[in-house]
Amino acid sequence: MSINRREFLKMAGITTILGIGGVSAVQGVRNRVEASQASRAPEALTAKRWAMVVDMSKFKSEEDYQKCINACHLSHNVPHITDNPKHEIKWLWTETYEHAFPGNEDKYRAERFQHMPFLMLCNHCENPPCVRVCPTQATFKRKSDGIVMMDMHRCIGCRFCMAGCPYGARSFNYKDPRPYIDGSKENLEFPTRMKGVVEKCTLCYERLAKGLQPACVEVSNGALIFGDLEDPNSAVRKVLSERFTIRRKPELGTGTSVYYII
Amino acid sequence: MLEKAIYGGRRYWVWIFFLLGLISVGFLAYLYQFKSGLGITGMSRDVSWGLYIGQFTFLVGVAASGVMVVLPYYLHDYKKFGRLTILGEFLAIAAVIMCMLFIFVDLGQPLRVLNVILHPTPNSVMFYDMLVLSGYLMLNLLIGWTVLGAERKEVAPPKWVKPLIILSIVWAPSIHTVTAFLYAGIPGKHFWLTAILAARFLASAFAGGPALLIILALIVRKYTKFDPGKEAIQSLGKIVTYCMLINVFFLGLELFTAFYSQIPGHMHTFAYLYAGLHGHNQLVPIMWVSSILALIAIVLLVFPQIRKNENLLAVACLATFFSLWIDKGFGLVVGGFVPNSFEKITEYWPTLPEALIALAVWAIGFLVLTILYKIAVSIKEEVVFDKYGEKQIKAE
Ligand code: SF4
Repeated sequence: MSINRREFLKMAGITTILGIGGVSAVQGVRNRVEASQASRAPEALTAKRWAMVVDMSKFKSEEDYQKCINACHLSHNVPHITDNPKHEIKWLWTETYEHAFPGNEDKYRAERFQHMPFLMLCNHCENPPCVRVCPTQATFKRKSDGIVMMDMHRCIGCRFCMAGCPYGARSFNYKDPRPYIDGSKENLEFPTRMKGVVEKCTLCYERLAKGLQPACVEVSNGALIFGDLEDPNSAVRKVLSERFTIRRKPELGTGTSVYYII
Repeated sequence: MLEKAIYGGRRYWVWIFFLLGLISVGFLAYLYQFKSGLGITGMSRDVSWGLYIGQFTFLVGVAASGVMVVLPYYLHDYKKFGRLTILGEFLAIAAVIMCMLFIFVDLGQPLRVLNVILHPTPNSVMFYDMLVLSGYLMLNLLIGWTVLGAERKEVAPPKWVKPLIILSIVWAPSIHTVTAFLYAGIPGKHFWLTAILAARFLASAFAGGPALLIILALIVRKYTKFDPGKEAIQSLGKIVTYCMLINVFFLGLELFTAFYSQIPGHMHTFAYLYAGLHGHNQLVPIMWVSSILALIAIVLLVFPQIRKNENLLAVACLATFFSLWIDKGFGLVVGGFVPNSFEKITEYWPTLPEALIALAVWAIGFLVLTILYKIAVSIKEEVVFDKYGEKQIKAE
C-alpha cells in the first residue's frame, strides 16, 4: 500500500487539527519511508556482522596499498587536503606497526615488521564508543549488519565521536571539502560533504546494497578478505580459523571487526 | 528591577562599552569562523577539542562553585554569607551562559544545535550535560531573582524558593560531575580515563570559583557602597585554601599512579605537559606557569596571618584562578589528545580569531555579570543598608 504526498498531508493536517495522533501519523509515514529505503534489493550483499581481514603478506609494494586507498577515496569523494595536514580527511590510510599497535612495540622485532605499513580504517566496532558518545545518533550502528554508519545531515560537528574513537578513525571537515575534490574524478553517485561534519569509512554500505564488494576489497587482489563474522562458512571465518590474526587495542572491549594477518 | 542597569556613572558605561567592543570584535571573528569553518582555529584531526571546550569545562566549575556560598548560608545558617549568596548565584548564571556559548562556538554545524533536543540520546553524556546545565541556569535565575525581589520589598522570600534552593545545592555538584564524565568515560584516552577526574574537577572548581568570587566581592566593595562583609570574604578564603590543597593533592595522586606504575600510556601526557615528549614541548611553559602560580597561591593561603591581609588574599586568589584556568581550561583538554591514538604527537595552539572569539564569550559573560551585579548592588545599597548590623562603607 502506498499513499501519495497530498493524501498524507491531508491526513496529517486533519489529525493535527483534531489534536490527536498528528505526530503519530507523521511518524507512521516516516517509518514506512525509512523501511522502504532500507528494504534491500535482491542482489544486495547481506550479513549479520560484516568483518574484514587484512592479509599483510599480500601487500608487496607501496602501490598495493595506494590502489586500495585510491579506490576508497575516489568512490567516496574524500577530499585530498595537502595544504594543511591538520585538516586531513582519511577513510583508509596506512600507519607503521608501532603506531598501529601502540604498546606492542619491541625494539628487537625484525626491522621489516617495525616499519611495515598497516592499512587503517574504521573498525566497525561491535561495541562502538563513538556511537555511545554521539549526542544526536548521527553516527549509529546499523542493526542489520553491524556497520557503523554516518548521517552527515544530522551531525552537529561537536566532535565528541573523534574524542571517543580510540582508533583515530574519524576525520572532521575543518573547511569546505569540495574544492579539494578533483571534479573530473568525482563520483556523482556518492554525496560530497559540507564543512563542519565528521566522516569516516562506512564499509561501502552503498556498494553492498548493489551487490558489490567494498571498493578497497575489490581492487586488493585477495589481500582484503571480507565477509560475515557470524557465518561459520564465510570467507573471513575460514581465514580466522586457520591463521593467526591480531586486532587493534583488543583490551578496550570495543570488539573491532578488522583483523590483521602479519 | 532591570531598570537599575541603565542608571550608572561614567565608569560603569566605559566598562560596558569596553565589553561591547570586545564582543563586536569577537562577533566578526565568529562570522569568519561561521563562513570558513573550524579550520580557522588551531584544532586538528588529532587535537579535535581546544580552547573552546577547555573554557567550557573550566566555566562549568565556576558555575558549580556558587554552591560554596549558598550551602553554608542555607543549610548551616551561616549568616555571614547572606550578602554573598546573590553574588554567587549571579556569577553562576553568567558562567552557565558562557558555557553554553563556548559549546555553541565549538560546533561545526551550529545551526543544527537543536538536534540534541530533537534526537535525544540518553546514552550520550552530552545529553545529560545539556539537561543539567539548562536546569541549573533556570534554578539560579529563578532563585536569584525571587530572593532579590523580596529583599527589595523588604519581605521574606516566598516559601516555595526554599525547596528550589535545596535542589540547586544538590544540583551544583552534578553539573560538574557530568562534565567530568564527558572525559572520564572514554576508552583509550589514558589521561582522562581516571575515576578521580570528577573529584578533581570539583576540587578545582571549589577553589577557582570562590577565588573569583572573592575578587569580585572586593571589586564590588571598592566601587560601590555595598560591602559583602569582611568575615564572609575570610571564610571564603578558607574554602579556597582547603579546596586548592585538595586539588593539588589529587593531582599528586594522578602523578603517583602514572609514574610509580610506569605504564607508558599513563605517563606520556604528563611528560608531554610538564617536560615535553619527543621534542614536542609547546605547552611546557604555560603548565609551569600554572604550577608556580599554584605554589604561590598555596603559600599565601595556608598561613592565616597572610590570608587575613586582604591585599595578599587578593593576590592569592588571582594566582589560584589563573593557575586553574591554565590547568583545566587548557592543559586538561589538549593533554588528553597528546599523544594521539597512534602514539604520535600533533601540537595545538589557538589562533588569533579563535582567541578573539573566546575573549568575546568572556566579555558576554562579564556583561551579563556586570548587569546582574549592578542590579543586585543597587538594591542592596538602597534597601539592606546596615541590615546585617556590620559596618558598612558609608556613602560620602
Ligand atoms: S573504529 Fe572508531 S569510529 Fe569506527 S566504530 Fe570503532 S570507535 Fe567508532
